[in-house]
Amino acid sequence: MSTRRASRSSQPSSVAGMSDEQISDLLSKLRQLIPQLRTNHTDKVSASKLLQETCNYIRSLHREVDDLSDQLSQLLASTDRDSDQAAIIRSLLL
Amino acid sequence: MSSSSGPAAAAAAAAAADSHRKKRRKIEADDAEETSRGRKTAGAGVGETTWRSLPQQRLYYTRLVEALSRSRRSSSASSAEAQDAAAASASASASSPPSSGAGEVRGIADRVLATAAKGRSRWSRAILASRLRMSRLGKHHKKARAPTGRGPLKKKPPPQPALEGGARKRRLPAVERRVKVLGRLVPGCRGISMSSVLEETSDYIAALEMQVRAMTVLTQLLSGAQQQLPPTTTTTTSGGQIGSGSGSGSG
Repeated sequence: MSTRRASRSSQPSSVAGMSDEQISDLLSKLRQLIPQLRTNHTDKVSASKLLQETCNYIRSLHREVDDLSDQLSQLLASTDRDSDQAAIIRSLLL
Repeated sequence: MSSSSGPAAAAAAAAAADSHRKKRRKIEADDAEETSRGRKTAGAGVGETTWRSLPQQRLYYTRLVEALSRSRRSSSASSAEAQDAAAASASASASSPPSSGAGEVRGIADRVLATAAKGRSRWSRAILASRLRMSRLGKHHKKARAPTGRGPLKKKPPPQPALEGGARKRRLPAVERRVKVLGRLVPGCRGISMSSVLEETSDYIAALEMQVRAMTVLTQLLSGAQQQLPPTTTTTTSGGQIGSGSGSGSG
């Protein structure tokens, strides 16, 4: 699992044992994942802003999952009352 | 032959007691399945899981539905007894769903997601480990906090890197601070190196997006099915609805 880390070079670095190139490498990879920052490739987004947007994005994803869990639990609970409905829905899904 | 018996074996193993041993068998069955599909993730590093691929999405969706229906079956049996007790004490109304219902679903979704990572990422291992810890302690109500990666907090002193310039000195703490905040959001990523946090974050975000997509599809399917089905108990009417429901659903 740490085979990829073994390939990291031990250059003199300014940030916590990583070279700037590696940081910007990872950051650009991260940037592709954040929907808001994916579009403007021309703008140089600062690392700090990118990380902040990443945190916000993860928080919003967590919130979405919580909302969906809420909806799902309500949907699943309401079908329990009618056992026929529950059986039908299960057969539709599986 | 092995691929056809794989899902059956996995389902049979899943029908057994809900233990983590069963999860290991599922993981092995999955490995056998996906190796036969020509999965290219031969390495064991973070970022090898292709969360965006359709097979991965379908697999997660299927496992999620299985896990949810399993929990419904087991909880309906126990909730019947609980409802009797509640009716006797007249404290809780039977119509309102249990308050931990959403937390349960969230926990199941996270567990299935972490299992799909096959132990390749730190966050997935942290999710499964914290759930194991929770179930061992018997505190099922704390599941809402479990996915956040609670664990022994290592008090790591802030690293003092060799500062090369005035400008760098200012930039460093901000970036490091933000990475620390990020590490708190991703389960199991407190007190690890910056590069690890960034790696885990990329993987975690992709996995979360897949989770959201699958749960959205499931929610839409369930709510659509509910709208189409009449709230009657006669099977004949429901049978007629199935024909129209599945016809429009599969289109």
